[in-house]
Amino acid sequence: MIDYHAILPEIILAVTVLAVLVTDLVTREKYYGAIVGMVGLFAALIPIFTLSLCDDLEFCTGSLPRELFGGSYVVDQYSLVLKGLFIGAVFIVLLLSIAYVESDRYYEGEYYFLLLAAALGAVVMASSRDFITMIVGLELVSGPGFLLAGWRKADEKSNEAALKFFIIGVVAFALLVMGVSLLYGIAGTQLFAGLATVPADVAAEPVFLLGMLFVFLGFTFKISAVPFHTWTPDVYEGAPTPVTAWLSVGSKTAGFVGILSVAYFAFPEHSNLWGPLLWLLAVLSMTIGNLVAIKQTNIVRLLGYSSIAQAGFMLAPFGAAAAAGADLQEAFAATVAYLLIYAVMNLGAFGVIIAVGARVKSYELADWSGMYRWAPGLTVLLAMFFMSLAGIPPLAGWFAKLAMFSATIGVGSWWGYSIAIIAALNSVVAFVYYSKVIKSTFFDGVPDWIDPDALGRMDLAPTLRVALTVTAVLVLALGVFPGVIANLSRFTAEVLASGF
Amino acid sequence: MEWFDSGWGLSLIVFLPLVGALILAAIPRANEAGIKWVALITALVTFVLAIVVAVRFDYGSAAQMQFGTDLPWIEAINARYHIGIDGISLPLVVLSAFITVLVVIYSWNHWPEPHNPKLLMALTMILATGMTGTFIALDLVLFFVFFEVVLLPMYFMIGIWGDTSMRIVPVVHWEIELRIYASIKFFLFTLFGSAFMLLGFLALYFKSGDVGANTFDILQLSELGRAGVFTGAFAFWVFAAMFLGFAVKVPMWPLHTWLPDAHTAAPTIGSVILAAILLKLGTYGFIRILIPILPQEAERWAWFIGLLAVIGIIYGSLACLAQSDMKRLIAYSSVGHMGFVMLGVATLSEIGINAAIIGMVAHGVITGLLFFIAGSMAHRYHTRDMNRLGGQMILMPKMGVILGFAAMASLGLPSLAGFWGEFMSLLASFNPLPGLDVTVFRTFMVIAAIGTVLTAGYMLWMLRSVNFGEPSAEWKDHEFHDIDKFEWMAWAPLVVMTIAIGIYPAIVLGATNDAVANLVAKAFGG
Repeated sequence: MIDYHAILPEIILAVTVLAVLVTDLVTREKYYGAIVGMVGLFAALIPIFTLSLCDDLEFCTGSLPRELFGGSYVVDQYSLVLKGLFIGAVFIVLLLSIAYVESDRYYEGEYYFLLLAAALGAVVMASSRDFITMIVGLELVSGPGFLLAGWRKADEKSNEAALKFFIIGVVAFALLVMGVSLLYGIAGTQLFAGLATVPADVAAEPVFLLGMLFVFLGFTFKISAVPFHTWTPDVYEGAPTPVTAWLSVGSKTAGFVGILSVAYFAFPEHSNLWGPLLWLLAVLSMTIGNLVAIKQTNIVRLLGYSSIAQAGFMLAPFGAAAAAGADLQEAFAATVAYLLIYAVMNLGAFGVIIAVGARVKSYELADWSGMYRWAPGLTVLLAMFFMSLAGIPPLAGWFAKLAMFSATIGVGSWWGYSIAIIAALNSVVAFVYYSKVIKSTFFDGVPDWIDPDALGRMDLAPTLRVALTVTAVLVLALGVFPGVIANLSRFTAEVLASGF
Repeated sequence: MEWFDSGWGLSLIVFLPLVGALILAAIPRANEAGIKWVALITALVTFVLAIVVAVRFDYGSAAQMQFGTDLPWIEAINARYHIGIDGISLPLVVLSAFITVLVVIYSWNHWPEPHNPKLLMALTMILATGMTGTFIALDLVLFFVFFEVVLLPMYFMIGIWGDTSMRIVPVVHWEIELRIYASIKFFLFTLFGSAFMLLGFLALYFKSGDVGANTFDILQLSELGRAGVFTGAFAFWVFAAMFLGFAVKVPMWPLHTWLPDAHTAAPTIGSVILAAILLKLGTYGFIRILIPILPQEAERWAWFIGLLAVIGIIYGSLACLAQSDMKRLIAYSSVGHMGFVMLGVATLSEIGINAAIIGMVAHGVITGLLFFIAGSMAHRYHTRDMNRLGGQMILMPKMGVILGFAAMASLGLPSLAGFWGEFMSLLASFNPLPGLDVTVFRTFMVIAAIGTVLTAGYMLWMLRSVNFGEPSAEWKDHEFHDIDKFEWMAWAPLVVMTIAIGIYPAIVLGATNDAVANLVAKAFGG
């Protein structure tokens, strides 16, 4: 008997994906596809709430975690929160996309279809507890990503982005699958729960360890951690900006879901091995991402490097706690809290970038300088989101940093202290480039070739307005009352306490 | 008034300016009169509330936290909205609200370029929230948030309205505008310090879990500190981390280099707020957090803090003598004055910490006034170069007199406010907390005393070159308008306060004395 309630979000999303295609067939107004998509996303949120609050609802039976298909698909607190995150993120990305794809001769219906398919993949990943399901979900996220990155057909940079993303994505995928086949060969299972309980002599086999390493490296591409980050800035720059927003939030979070699930559910016994590895990746990502970002003049590339650095911050608690052999629950909660807040502020930042880009037709900071003169509201929002990314209170980002510092210091060993100090220094370095955007837009003058009056008169698309309002309110509200995020992330960490 | 005393009063003082900022955001930019009035009314109401607190304050139990509340905020990490005010924070809260009002009044007809009253006033209001919030926060996370909230508005103030003259960046030799250089330098220095401060806070939080629930509560942590929970290498590193955060903010030599740039570059009201209030966040942190929570460590570090303080005094004074830019001179004088404050803190004695607080208030009032004057003078002469100025007593006699007054107050003339901080600080170093090395502190006292002479030296030298002599050919035939009515309204209260505190220091010490005595007795066993 299949627990249909548990997979209702996936079913609704799958139906939505198809409905979007059909809508595209029958209507001339292409943005109807997006509307159908949004309705579907809303509908998919409902079972997520009923599933989380099942104990308090009369008509609902069963409790978390719900296992399906012999343990290869599990709906628990962690997967529900992340599904909510993915659905919310793709909802915002849809809002950011409509005006953008309407503005030029893009394939529109297919665009919404692919975006929602990617969201479905991410949602599937959140519940996957075996490698086959995980890989199917991952490919459902990646495939649309490759295509969408090249959506600006006439733009060479977009073509380059798609190709680069594809080749590197395939290499990463190959690594991952290679790792999985090694693991399956030696352990005879590809279930996470099975891998977690392999006999000690099997778990110590070099082949097993090699397989594990390949799996981690495969996901490392997805979260764009150094040294597998080189595709990030180019793809971010070349892809249509709303797609970049999705890649930097949805696709990246999907990668984190992969790493978190694999690390905590499949290889908890090997935390002394992957711990130091992730610790090192975290240090490299935050340091190199931040240092290289300083030199950037293109705001999208700058956010590309920022997203590399942020990946480092997210990995930090994770690596430190595992390396030190400490309690993983705090680190898990900290990473999830960081992911949630990062999604909101990064989507907001991209929202502003899309809005301004539509006017200036450029993402070079030099063209944006003095923007405060002609778009004060947007500039204030831009500053807000960037300062949130920099972690300045009372904007939401500060709590992400606090959670990260707290989890690393809480480890109580030099693995934690050292990375906390490195992260503290890095957050100072990060301010250098985040503030560059403020300096340019607020402090500098308008360049000769920009006509502030003409640009100031241009309207903001209503969908963008909604997206910006939602993200801005969230960034402020979560900054002042971060308890919501703290509770949500604690809620997800219950998964670890319940023995998974 | 039950509601007022149980947290609402203080919360209003902190958040009313923020509400004002939101209202300002809704007013169209062209409606300047509306913007001015909203800012002024917000600042005035906040100040009146602060006065009500000061009046209703129970001076008999100044050591107790009053008007406070303690509500859950981020339950997952047990961070709470715990606020309260005692004799130590009372003068600083009142001072913050006071300076905010004066700054708005002064701005009435002194808008720096590029003209944008709406944004400038909104930022001033946000600053007010951050400043008063820091002084009433009794939870480390809450303290951290308020401590950081002031950074952005000040960054914008310096960056947008700051000095546009060019400056060469040391080491890399890029030439950029001073405002750009100073704003980022200010931010990076503070962020660097506060990042480590936060790590220190978190370490305390986890350590407190060893003996009960994890807590960020400053009062509870102080109790634990007194009970000797934080010791050894742990205490040393935590002290070092938090020391970094506060020392950058004060600023203590050698972390002070952001200060001259920031003060010089900032628009007049920015310099006033920076000098009068923002620097105090650092010294307040020493008194409220570092000493009570890590008393043993404070004793171990006392000589080091004292040493940096006296170096600051001498260095600040000597640097003043080398300046030709008037604003920069006043900025460096702040380094010296904050050195006296920190010397008082370093003695860890009742007199010393009282000296620090009255020194903070006096420095706020006097240096605030000096920056106002410097701003107004630069507005009239279009230069701050003291080599070009001169004969102000002939050109603008009223301005000259006020400048003379402020300079006298700054150099610590008895019967004016500046005297008490310096004098009591020297007194305290003669007789520091029992257990500290008396010889070392008496040496500091002698060096600091030499510093007072140097202070007098540069202040008089500034007066001579600006006020006295004959006006040069450049200005001789120039018509200057002397102090206008808005300047009078902003400055007169500062002049009155300077005299009042000078003659009757109990205005400040009456509030602080019991609280400080209690703090020292608790931390060091009397």
